[in-house]
Amino acid sequence: MSQPTTRRSAPQENTGAWQTVCEQQDLVSNSGVVVWLDGAQVALFYLPAAEGQTLYAIDNHDPQSGANVIGRGLIGSIKGDLVVASPIYKQHFRLADGGCLEYPQQRLRVWPVRLNGGRVEVGVV
Amino acid sequence: MNSNVAALNKLQTLIVIGNGMVGHHCVEQLIERGALDHYRLHVFSEEPMRAYDRVHLSEYFTGRDAESLALGEASLYQTPGVTLHLGVPVLEIDRARCQVITAQGCVAYDKLVLATGSYPFVPPIEGAEGDSRLVYRALEDLDAIRAAASNARRGVVVGGGLLGLEAANALKSLGLEAHVVEFAPRLMPVQLDEQGGRALKAQIERLGVGVHLSRGTQSISPGEEYRYRMNFANDEFLEADLIVFSAGIRAQDTLARQCSLEVGPRGGVVVDDHCLSSDPNIYAIGECAAWNGSIFGLVAPGYQMALGVAARLCNEAAEPFMGADMSTKLKLLGVDVGSIGDAHGSTPGSRSYQFIDETTASYRRLVVDATGKHVLGAVLVGDNSYYDTLLQYMQNAIALPVEPASLILPSSEGAPTLGPGALPESATVCSCHNVTKGSICSAIDGGCTDLGLLKSQTKACTGCGGCAGLLKQVFEHELIARGVSVDKSLCEHFAYTRQELYALVRVEGVITFEELLAKHGRGHTGCDVCKPAVGSILASCWNQPIMDASLVPLQDTNDTFMANMQKNGTYSVVPRIPGGEITADKLIAIGVVAKKYDLYTKITGGQRIDLFGAQLHELPDIWAELIEAGFETGHAYGKSTRTVKSCVGSTWCRYGVQDSVKMALAIEDRYKGLRSPHKLKFAVSGCTRECAEAQSKDVGVIATEKGWNLYIAGNGGMRPRHAELFATDLDDETLIRYIDRFLMFYIRTADKLQRTSVWRESLEGGLDYLKDVIIHDSLGLGEELESQMQLVVDRYECEWANALKDPEKLKRFRTFVNDKRPDPDIHFVQERGQRRPIMAAELNLIPVTEEIA
Repeated sequence: MSQPTTRRSAPQENTGAWQTVCEQQDLVSNSGVVVWLDGAQVALFYLPAAEGQTLYAIDNHDPQSGANVIGRGLIGSIKGDLVVASPIYKQHFRLADGGCLEYPQQRLRVWPVRLNGGRVEVGVV
Repeated sequence: MNSNVAALNKLQTLIVIGNGMVGHHCVEQLIERGALDHYRLHVFSEEPMRAYDRVHLSEYFTGRDAESLALGEASLYQTPGVTLHLGVPVLEIDRARCQVITAQGCVAYDKLVLATGSYPFVPPIEGAEGDSRLVYRALEDLDAIRAAASNARRGVVVGGGLLGLEAANALKSLGLEAHVVEFAPRLMPVQLDEQGGRALKAQIERLGVGVHLSRGTQSISPGEEYRYRMNFANDEFLEADLIVFSAGIRAQDTLARQCSLEVGPRGGVVVDDHCLSSDPNIYAIGECAAWNGSIFGLVAPGYQMALGVAARLCNEAAEPFMGADMSTKLKLLGVDVGSIGDAHGSTPGSRSYQFIDETTASYRRLVVDATGKHVLGAVLVGDNSYYDTLLQYMQNAIALPVEPASLILPSSEGAPTLGPGALPESATVCSCHNVTKGSICSAIDGGCTDLGLLKSQTKACTGCGGCAGLLKQVFEHELIARGVSVDKSLCEHFAYTRQELYALVRVEGVITFEELLAKHGRGHTGCDVCKPAVGSILASCWNQPIMDASLVPLQDTNDTFMANMQKNGTYSVVPRIPGGEITADKLIAIGVVAKKYDLYTKITGGQRIDLFGAQLHELPDIWAELIEAGFETGHAYGKSTRTVKSCVGSTWCRYGVQDSVKMALAIEDRYKGLRSPHKLKFAVSGCTRECAEAQSKDVGVIATEKGWNLYIAGNGGMRPRHAELFATDLDDETLIRYIDRFLMFYIRTADKLQRTSVWRESLEGGLDYLKDVIIHDSLGLGEELESQMQLVVDRYECEWANALKDPEKLKRFRTFVNDKRPDPDIHFVQERGQRRPIMAAELNLIPVTEEIA
């Protein structure tokens, strides 16, 4: 789908360091919230009960609809992969690498993310 | 190209006269068998509409319209090479020139199929004319009956046979006092024996239909209390406002007589075993044909003839027509009646077993042969659950059990069943389309594991539908025999259907998704299929606020934010406007909110107002203002009760007979907040003019002089379906009780995202079954369903009011949790005085920055 885009460039490649984006209490368990990260929109999904990684950061921009809505998608697991479903056309993206199950040409950017004390930090490189 | 032209030139012309059920079936079979490679096909029909289902004609009076009675797809007759001439009667057949003559001209034929059917026989009775000489055969006749009924109190049907009783039912459903006058000393003299006729009479009289036997109408004269008086012998008479004749059928053989084809002594085109008439180019099928001196007035033999002729015309081997089994089972005026084979026990040496229950007026008779080994026939009145098994015993000559009477005696386990495994391969399952158990098995062997698919592949159960139960049994038995388990799992996390999960939630009192997943599912997460489905089940059962922490992650995106997401990620907001009634102050309040937040405003089809273009972080403020003005959430985002549309009713309208707005308000107030497998729409009309379009809703209510008529399972949208009349003249309390039960039963048994219309169509046993459950409480569930509904009603709380009280719940309504700005990518343009989302093409005006790799 070729569609004019208004997406912004990535954060400035300055430090390659962890940047605090919000507090842990801003997260919603088993669901998503969105943070503003120097012009990018990053959706944070928090799964406190998951085995292994419990926090994911993925682009909020849905390439199919062109709307910034991924953070409002439903999360689930499909054949072992944790995924988020776009709330508009329901296609699924893997939280781990941003790959789309239905349309391989759609791929979302993902960021390293961690909980540090009570803070949520995203890796900007 | 040239070869195509050559092929076209070689095409012969095949004409089918008549587009009734049998004529239509013949066309279907012809096309399926590739007849269009050999023939140009012309179909002539006297009636102005294409073939429709005469078997279910009486439903025309209980909510079905002409279009929904039509058979097959209209597109069949748009197939290239097929021409359907509707409303064009054939006037003459010129056999010497091989052409048919209509008012529009002549068409030459190479082969001709007569499928002209029959016409109702009306005995010559002095004074019978107009409304005292109605018949019951075509849709046109039904329109005439309906018109005559509009000013009538009492209607009489002359003829107590199968069609006569159907006609009496039609009169009853039009609200008339109905009577049946029969010349013979019993009802249905062809199908029933004396005892059976007596039992049927008793049952029908209990339903308030008058039955007058051994009466021959000698003349009709003007009446004193009613319009007409029917005069019988011995100075007896009966008065009525309209009289319908249903005293048997006669083959429609006028064309055959005109062109001097051989016609039987009692009418009908004489045909051989291949349905060929005395002219080698002319076939006759269905009720216009006389085979071996008999005319077959049922649809199944007609279909057999159609199939045979279609096969022959396509140069395929065809089974000869060797007569037909006239066994039949039906529901007349709500009474089960079945007749199998030699129902009268007229085979020499035959013996009978009989069971009579005078309390319920039930009767069953089993006729066996002289050796006592095989079933010859049976009569059933009052309970057709014995029918399928007895029919299979007869058709397949299955050896009787040691105690044959056990086949008709009441038993605590219900009617005896012959396991589908006991049927031989040759057993006919569907007699309308002559589908055997063997052909069902080969369809399954060919990979068919879906019942719906099986029906469309084999055509089984697509005629009269009487074999539905047996077909399902055979299908499931054969699947299991092949080790196939039909996977009805909701998704990879739950190996259960929605209905099964509903039962588990109810029975075990499960209140969270995690609990259900841990007990009955796989994994820790679920997915976007099972989470909303379970969320909906939990809400239907326990109705806890959907914004509670454990429920939030389950909701589909619109439920999560209690608004409807639009294509650019903004939301629309719909406050509840019960019954579409709104004060000026509230209208102003909506206007003020719309203006303040610059929302695009549109009136919905459900008589409320939709406000578009709100961003996530604006929703709580918008709702605080709406709630302050007295509004509640409209649940436009949920699979839940949406709207109750209404007309102004008797309060304002000169035609209204009840206060439809008041009833709409009561219904909306009761069911608001009810979550269900799919959205629910209601409407209440204040009179029969039906301005609220209640017959296109899941639940429709139409006022009558005496109360309310309840319609159910209608649908608008993509697949429109007329709602069916479910109960009549209800008082307020009964109306609500039936709706309670209906909705809860739907919620309990429907599949996920299944509208009431599709659910109703998939219900085994159909509308009658549903009436049994809801009205007669046949499952003993009535009170339970009502109390489950009451719990949901009692726990109702406006979800938006609930969320606004809780800062935790409001945390989610932030576009960015770390920044106050709105989404900078949402842009609007002005159009017709309001704003709308910018189109992709218009976005070119905005500078594009570098794409992220």
